[in-house]
Amino acid sequence: MNDFIQHILNGLSLGSIYALIALGYTMVYGILQLINFAHSDVYMMGAFGSYYVAMYLGIDRQPGLSTLAILLGSAMLVCALIGLTIERLAYRPLRNAPKLNILITAIGVSLFLQYFAQAVFGADPKVFPQVLHNETLFNIAAVEVKTLDVAVFAVTIITMVVLNFVIYRTKMGQAMRAVAQNMRVAALMGVNPNRVISITFMVGSALAGVGSVLVGMKYPKIDPLMGTMIGLKAFVAAVLGGIGNLPGAVLGGLLMGFSEEMVVAYWSSTYRDALAFGILIVILIFKPAGLMGRSTTEKV
Amino acid sequence: MITRRSLGFVVLSATLALATGCTKRNKNEIVIGHFGSMTGAEATFGKSTDEGIRLAVEETNAAGGIKGKQIRLITMDNQGKAEEAAAVATRLIEQEKVTALLGEVASSRSLAVAPIAQKKKVPMITPSSTNPRVTEMGDYIFRTCFIDPFQGLVMAKFAYENLKLRKVAVLRAVNSDYSMGLSKVFVEKFTEMGGQIVADTSYQSQDVDFKAQLTQIKSAGPEGIFIPGYYTEIGLIARQAAELGLKIPLMGGDGWDSPKLFEIGQETINGNYFSNHYSNESSDPVAVAFMESFKKRFNKSPDGLSAAGYDAAKVLFAAMEKAPDLSGPAIRDAIAATKDYPGVTGTITINQQRNAVKSAVVVQVQGTTNKYITTINP
Amino acid sequence: MPTESIWRRPLVVFLFLLVLGFVTDFALDSFIQFTMIVIMINMILGMSLNLVNGFTGQFSLGHAGFMAVGAYTSAYLAEQWFTHVGPITGAMQLVMFPLFGVCAGLMAALAGLLVGLPSLRLRGDYLAIVTLGFAEIIRVTLLNTEAVGAARGFYDVKGPDNWMLGPIEVSRFLTSYGLALFWVLVTFYVIWRVVRSGHGRAFLSVRDDEIAAEAMGINTVRAKVQAFAISSFFAGIAGSIFAHYMNYLNPQTFVFTKSVDAVIIVVLGGMGSLSGSLFAAAIVTVIPELLRPLQEIIGIDLRMLIYALLLILMMILRPRGLFGSQELSEILRKYVRKST
Repeated sequence: MNDFIQHILNGLSLGSIYALIALGYTMVYGILQLINFAHSDVYMMGAFGSYYVAMYLGIDRQPGLSTLAILLGSAMLVCALIGLTIERLAYRPLRNAPKLNILITAIGVSLFLQYFAQAVFGADPKVFPQVLHNETLFNIAAVEVKTLDVAVFAVTIITMVVLNFVIYRTKMGQAMRAVAQNMRVAALMGVNPNRVISITFMVGSALAGVGSVLVGMKYPKIDPLMGTMIGLKAFVAAVLGGIGNLPGAVLGGLLMGFSEEMVVAYWSSTYRDALAFGILIVILIFKPAGLMGRSTTEKV
Repeated sequence: MITRRSLGFVVLSATLALATGCTKRNKNEIVIGHFGSMTGAEATFGKSTDEGIRLAVEETNAAGGIKGKQIRLITMDNQGKAEEAAAVATRLIEQEKVTALLGEVASSRSLAVAPIAQKKKVPMITPSSTNPRVTEMGDYIFRTCFIDPFQGLVMAKFAYENLKLRKVAVLRAVNSDYSMGLSKVFVEKFTEMGGQIVADTSYQSQDVDFKAQLTQIKSAGPEGIFIPGYYTEIGLIARQAAELGLKIPLMGGDGWDSPKLFEIGQETINGNYFSNHYSNESSDPVAVAFMESFKKRFNKSPDGLSAAGYDAAKVLFAAMEKAPDLSGPAIRDAIAATKDYPGVTGTITINQQRNAVKSAVVVQVQGTTNKYITTINP
Repeated sequence: MPTESIWRRPLVVFLFLLVLGFVTDFALDSFIQFTMIVIMINMILGMSLNLVNGFTGQFSLGHAGFMAVGAYTSAYLAEQWFTHVGPITGAMQLVMFPLFGVCAGLMAALAGLLVGLPSLRLRGDYLAIVTLGFAEIIRVTLLNTEAVGAARGFYDVKGPDNWMLGPIEVSRFLTSYGLALFWVLVTFYVIWRVVRSGHGRAFLSVRDDEIAAEAMGINTVRAKVQAFAISSFFAGIAGSIFAHYMNYLNPQTFVFTKSVDAVIIVVLGGMGSLSGSLFAAAIVTVIPELLRPLQEIIGIDLRMLIYALLLILMMILRPRGLFGSQELSEILRKYVRKST
């Protein structure tokens, strides 16, 4: 029983990280129908950005809430700026090009960021600053619940609430939804699609920044390729939930985290990734547009 | 217009491809090729090895080179891919006309290159490929590190006899040949001795979350965990084991040896054991001199892969100095005759199977120093 | 026009290029020969993926998986043959390796069918994810199969070797070159013919407008599955050549990025242009190699950085790929017409 509770906790904390990154994929997809392959590398840049900020400020060994806030802020800023730059330089010139082209461009950007980081930051892993003291907060049965797990979960929830507010309660959010539904009509209604798309990229990338600090805090090892695996999983999570759908991304992320955890716990650790993908395929066969995605019927 | 331009581009690139075929060669230098993963997921291993080799080259050149000739080292990146390694090795042999090859860390990439070196009769020394198969590929292929069966035995013996463990769990990296080979031998030997493997789980290198595996291991109730992996993951594993309240010794192999191990794992990694070539608190003059000059040159402490790279290069250079001429077969014979070479990673003797025979030490992690525990002879 | 039609005959082209192979065998060092074979493997990969991504308008991100199936099947068969029947030498190579290739292709096609069937319900990015997932499953399975070497890799794969034709020695490169060339041409002509046949028109109609195609009575389901099966057959062939030429296989070769490489070839060459895929395969293989000396000159490895930048620039400057959806012959014809 204790094991089971432990597995649930592990799955929850892993899943919430996947969910955060999946949100970034889904936001961009919702508005541009583009799988932003560079998202996972923006996430990596966020980790390095906040790492260097912490080093510069000398707070890499001063855990506390203020450190967490500073690192979150800097990672979000770094990621938002990178997201903006990528959108301006690489994606905007291709706004009317075929979809696959933009995809290849995204892959190009992703490769560029990876090799840029390897050349500039070095290939060896860096140790992420200590953000919080990891203490036992409370127990569920005999399972200890630690600060880091609670923090990851709390930050994820707060981020999602804020995101929800931005998208459904602000003018900018309304514009985003309008552009996502129909860019041309939105433009006719006085929305500047380019501006909205830029801001969407910034918000999505900032989410990756949040994710990078959470991952860095929980798994304090960062390297230029840290985004590839987690990015792929998060991307799969986004599709699983129904890409373009925000609650879907969260659900997909959690499901991904849980299924990986449970597959290892009760099945086989060697086939973990294969089984996780297997589950995904089965779900997609029965729900072809993801769990929460609406399958659109093409109009003739 | 545009089509003409793009056609021109194609033609241009094709001609350039042919043009790069000719590289000038200086008579007064010896070219040595190193193929390593300088980018990609395993870049940190390739870089470490390269620094060790570079130091060896610089030292030898400063001391007058080999037979009065200076050594030029060409390092080429294989991005951690086997097929790239084969391409790069062919390029080094054919276009750069290297006298000998050094590389790779991963056995899989050494296995891809070994037949090429063998066919072209270019001697190749691998600094840290531990799979026994590598040197079986031909008589031009050598290694200066342990092989899996030896190191696996060392740790099985240590766990059973020194730590008196009877129930052990294994956590291996399923996509690492090194980790799989080592744990296979460990499991065999440990059960032969009468021990019991209570859990056998795996992860993939580049993973960051090991809680699921560790929770499972915890419920099996082992007295120790054998984790033959690389330091990049071990630090995180130790942390998460501590978070789960697993207070049992972790054990591993020479892949642990890096200052980064402690940096990532912090105090959670202290007190754990791994088998290694040498201890960095060793007073052996060769090891001390290496550590000092490495620190001076690269401004950081060397890790195990740097030491292995350094030794492989030095063994090669010593053999080249001894060989009557610098042809492939002559160097091959000289390497094969290496006996009691005092290397950083121990006294190296090349045996009939072209493997290094040397003793292993077991060390305990204590901060960034590895405390010497015991020596185990082959 | 007789001058043009002679190049339409596969055999003529094959013999011509084979003679070219003889010349390169003497003139070029084995690194360039190595690169040539890699280019040919990439050509087959590119052309076969083009059938799904370019001509049929589906989106597969799992080509590496089919290639892996072919590579391992072929290597395994060769090994079995070697241990149970005997070595493959001389003229026997001409029969056996293509035969292994066909088996490899069939296995890959079977895998392709497996992926194609569920894909009927899926569109666009969802299909991409399923193919990606399948490729990952194949890779993880190989990684855990001891019979094919698991993480250690499948080493010592038998491949084409020297062939003594009386006093003349046909080198290992030439036998491999011949094998690869044979398959490049087969791939090209088969896909060329398929696309221009009734079935192929069905593929194109699925790409252009699935609903309209269905309304015209085209069985879009069958078209998609056929496209997948043919495409993965040739991916398997590419894998077979790869296995026999490299003599070493490792599951890590067939990761997600390998599939991405194939997609890059298709898009760079132009979706729906076979000759575009041929050129793009050469470019994608050669550019990183050309940039290698740069690393020696400046000391840091900017190779892949430049490669990535070139990729982005190509996409922005030539969004439809090198050839768009046209073939080289069409472009040349237009060019000639314009200049006269």
